[in-house]
Parts: sequence; structure tokens; C-alpha cells
Amino acid sequence: MVYTTTLRRSAFMQKVWNQKFLIVMSVPFIIHIIIFRYLPIFGWIMAFQNYKPHKAIFDQEWVGFEQFKLLFQDSYFFQTLRNTLAMAVIKLVMGTVFALFIAILINETKKGLFKRTVQTVSYLPNFISWVVAANLVLEFLSPSGIFNQFLVTIGVIKSPVLWMGKPELFWWIIGWSHVWKTAGFGAIIYLAAMTGIDPQLYEAADMDGAGRLRRIWHITLPGIKPTVIVLLIMNIGHLLEAGFEQQYLLNNGLVQDYAEVFTIYILRYGIQMMRFSYAAAAGIFRSVVSVTLIFIANRISNKLGEESLM
Amino acid sequence: MRGNINDHIFDTIKISLLVFLVFITLLPFVNVLAVSLNEPLDTIKGGIGLWPRRFSTINYMDIFRNPHIWRAFLNSVLRTLIAGLLHTFCTAMVAYTLSRREFFLRIPFAVIYILTMYIDGGLIPTYFLFRGLGLVNTFHVYWVPGITSAWNLLVIRTYIKGLPESLIESAKMEGANEFYIFLKIIVPLCVPVLATIILFTAVWHWNYWWDTFLYCSSNVELSTLQYELMKKIQSANAAMSGTSMTDAFGMAAVDKSGSTVTPKSLRAAMTMIVSAPIVLVYPFLQRYFITGLTIGGVKE
Repeated sequence: MVYTTTLRRSAFMQKVWNQKFLIVMSVPFIIHIIIFRYLPIFGWIMAFQNYKPHKAIFDQEWVGFEQFKLLFQDSYFFQTLRNTLAMAVIKLVMGTVFALFIAILINETKKGLFKRTVQTVSYLPNFISWVVAANLVLEFLSPSGIFNQFLVTIGVIKSPVLWMGKPELFWWIIGWSHVWKTAGFGAIIYLAAMTGIDPQLYEAADMDGAGRLRRIWHITLPGIKPTVIVLLIMNIGHLLEAGFEQQYLLNNGLVQDYAEVFTIYILRYGIQMMRFSYAAAAGIFRSVVSVTLIFIANRISNKLGEESLM
Repeated sequence: MRGNINDHIFDTIKISLLVFLVFITLLPFVNVLAVSLNEPLDTIKGGIGLWPRRFSTINYMDIFRNPHIWRAFLNSVLRTLIAGLLHTFCTAMVAYTLSRREFFLRIPFAVIYILTMYIDGGLIPTYFLFRGLGLVNTFHVYWVPGITSAWNLLVIRTYIKGLPESLIESAKMEGANEFYIFLKIIVPLCVPVLATIILFTAVWHWNYWWDTFLYCSSNVELSTLQYELMKKIQSANAAMSGTSMTDAFGMAAVDKSGSTVTPKSLRAAMTMIVSAPIVLVYPFLQRYFITGLTIGGVKE
């Protein structure tokens, strides 16, 4: 008995020794991941305390679900929730529709310089930062900017409008700037799916005298439907995480009530107002909703028989 | 015959739409470029379209004279290079160990990585962790936290699994150790995937400003170009809503050299400087930018 245990242990030690290089090459990074990605999760207990930075985490005053109660009583919190969801849905829908549209247009174009130029140009904005993009948007929409100039010239408006100061337009500015920056690159994935469609289907359609539009409607779109569905579901899972940079950079005092999203809310309450526990509670709410959404999305896609997303 | 006419109409509409797409994508860039190359006081009058009205390099000169900007430029370059290369090398190394079927810690380690794609400690706990580790207000905050990532690890591991096993076996027979095999056999064979990941990581780091804003905003020496531009946007937004008087619309100021500059024109020049490396490099490396999506959708 004792003998076999020792033997087993020594066999195990032998394995460890044999794989010492693999261990040295991976263990430091696993420790790093545990510190940087798992340790903060223990910080969640802050949300059940009244955290004061000068005290150690276990010496804090425990308050139970008090922070969550405060959170659900805050009308700003619900406003933030509304803004986050509204902008996420607008971006998701507009982004998908325009990416599909661009993909179809490019797919219908023959290979050549024109096609390559269109592709190169339309992918470009995806790689510049939101800081740069936000600046382009601000300049484009500024009272002396090119958009106002254009509208005044064609007579739609009499004098320049401060578009960035209109709360009712903010969500749509976010939506359109999202389309400008990402739809071109987003088209790549649909283009890839379109190349997978059997060319014989198109030939058969030609024989039957189907026009270009009918071919798109009856062959191209059904052909990429699975890809569209998988991507939509996957993005629904990440709805609450969807972007804050854009909102943070384009936000100003005039549109604040429509611009504030979760991350900005947490930043404002947590780091700027030093209500750490409260902000941590808001963070937990967001994470729990996010993970739930991801699991629901995954279940739906399994039900539909698509490849599991996890 | 009817079909041909329809096709012709279709093609005309399609090409007009694509031309419009190219136009609307480039328009904001060209417009801001024109503003950045226009005389600042003239810009205030408005009406700058695609071409500067009164050509001037004052805006660029003013920015290049600012030592803070050079410092920020250096930091941006350093973080992009260090983080891009180190992240790719380390992630590839771990990916290699997790691709070895005989490695007894392979499964638990892979699970540890994969779970990080779904869980997140959140802003506040992470902030306290960084503070506790002494990363706040140091350059290390730019490369230490993201030294490896689950997504890129999975992409590289998939690639390594597609390589012939016999190469590794024969190297082992000759007594090569795992690190040597990784460095001399795996890395050279993985050049396509590693190049793409270096590129995506580098672009991500060049573009990122949130960590500077959260952790290094009180130390000017650690600023980056994106963060400098972001500060200019913030003061413009504050001026728009009237919450700040420091930087009102187009309010002119005389700089050290005696030329008149405005925040609006400086912001335009800064936007061009910050996006220049990406816009200039992109057409040449486009192939890698796009394979990035097809080899597993390298995100961020």
C-alpha cells in the first residue's frame, strides 16, 4: 500500500520532471491570469460592504444588499440601463443591415481595381481609434462643419445647427458613426460566407431568367442566413458590454441624459465620486446580466442547430 | 432584352452606391486634413471643404514644438512595440504548451484561459488591484496586464495543431528541449498567424487610451498620443455645453512663437498626426489586416 503510493508519487514526480520545460513556459502566465483576471472577481465582495480605501478588505463594514437597494432606487441607473440597451440595439441592427448591404454590393462586383479600391477604403475606418473617429464626427457635424454647409447650400436648413447638442439625435449619431466606422469591415465576414455559396445555384437561376435582384433575394441572402443568425445571437450576448468609448468621447453636458452608458456610470460613481462599493454593485449587475445573456444566446443557437458559441 | 436593360440599371445603381460609400468614408478624413492645413483664423469663418483655403502649417508646427507631444509620441511607440511583440511571443509560448497533448496541465490551464472570455472583475475591483500592485502611474500598466490573452491563444493553438506532429517528434528524438522546439521550429512555422496577431495587438495598443485615462492621468510623462487627443476632445465638448470657459469655440490664443492658433485647428492637426501611422501602414499590410478576421476573427 505504502509502496504503491510512493511509486505512484514518484511516477508523478517523474512526469513533472519530464515536462519541466512545458511547466516553466506556462505556469508564470497562468499565475498572471489568475492575478489579473480572477483576483478582481473577489473584489466583488466590496459590493456588500461600505468600502473605505484606507482599510483592509476584511476590516470593512458589511452592509449586505444595501448598495443594490440604493442602485435600484436610483433613477439615473435606469436611465443608464435604457441608454445602454437602446444604443446597443441601434448599433447592432444598423451595423448588421449596412454590413450586409455593403457585402452584397461588393459581391455583385467583378474582381478588379475598382473592387479592390472599394474594399481597401471601406475597411480602413475600422482600424483607426475611436478618439480619431470621434474627432472626425465632431468636425463633420460642427456648426461650421461640412454637413451643415451642405444642408444650408441645398436649402434643407436656413442656418447651421449644433447637431451634437440635440439630445434626441444622440443615439442616431452613435448609430451612424458606428456604421461609418465598422460596417465596411463587418462586410468581410458576410463576403466570406457568400463565397461559400454554390455557383451552380446562380447558373440555374440565370437559366430560369432570374434578374440580379431576384438572385440576391433567393440565393445570396438565404445562403448567408446561418452566418447572420450566429453573429446576431453572439452580439446579443454582448449587448451590455457593447462600447462605451464612443459615448464617452461624443458625450457633452447637453446630451448627457441620453449619452451615459454603464461603464461611464460606474466610472462616475466609483472613481470620481469615490462610492466604490456602489459602483462595484453596478458592475456586478452588469456582469450578471451579461453572462445570463451569453448563456441564453448560446442556448438559442444550440436549439437552432448552429455551432455552439462557447 | 428586358433583362439586359434591368442589369444595366442595376449596375449603374450599384456602382453609384459603391462610389458614394468610398466618398463618404473618405470625406471626414479629407475635410479634417484640409482644416488642419488651413490658417487657423481663417478656419473660424467656416466653409472649409475638401481643400485648405489659406494653406498654412502653423497647426503642425505648434504641435511639433510641444515637448509633451514628443513624450506622448515616444510612449505610444514604446507601448505599441513592447506590448505588441511581448504579447504575441508570450501568448504563442503558452499556446504551444497547451497544444502538447502529453502536457498533464493542459486541460485545467485551457479552462482557466477560456473562462476569462466570459467573466470580468469589473472596473472598480480592477482599479484597486492595479493600485495594490503598484501599477498605477507606471509604464508597466501598458504591457503587464495584457501579456497574454485567451482569444489570441486559441487562434495560435489552432494554428499549431495544424502543423505536422512529426516535426516535433523528430526534434525531440534528437534531444531538443521544449523551449528550443518552440523557438526554432514552431515560431518560424507560425509566422503568418504571429504577424497578424502582432499587427492587431499593435494597432490595438496604438489606439487605446482608456488605461492612460484611468491609471496614468496624473503623470504627464506617461501620456500617449491618443490620450492627448482625447483631452482636446473633452475640452471641446465641455466648451460646447458651456461647462468650461477654458477652451471656448475657436477661441484663439497666441503661442510661444507668436503665431495665432485655435483649439479647433490644433485638434484637426492632432487627429491627422495620431491616425497617420495607421492610415500610412494599412494599405501595405492590408492582407494581414484581413486574414486577421478569417483565421478566427482576432478581436481587439
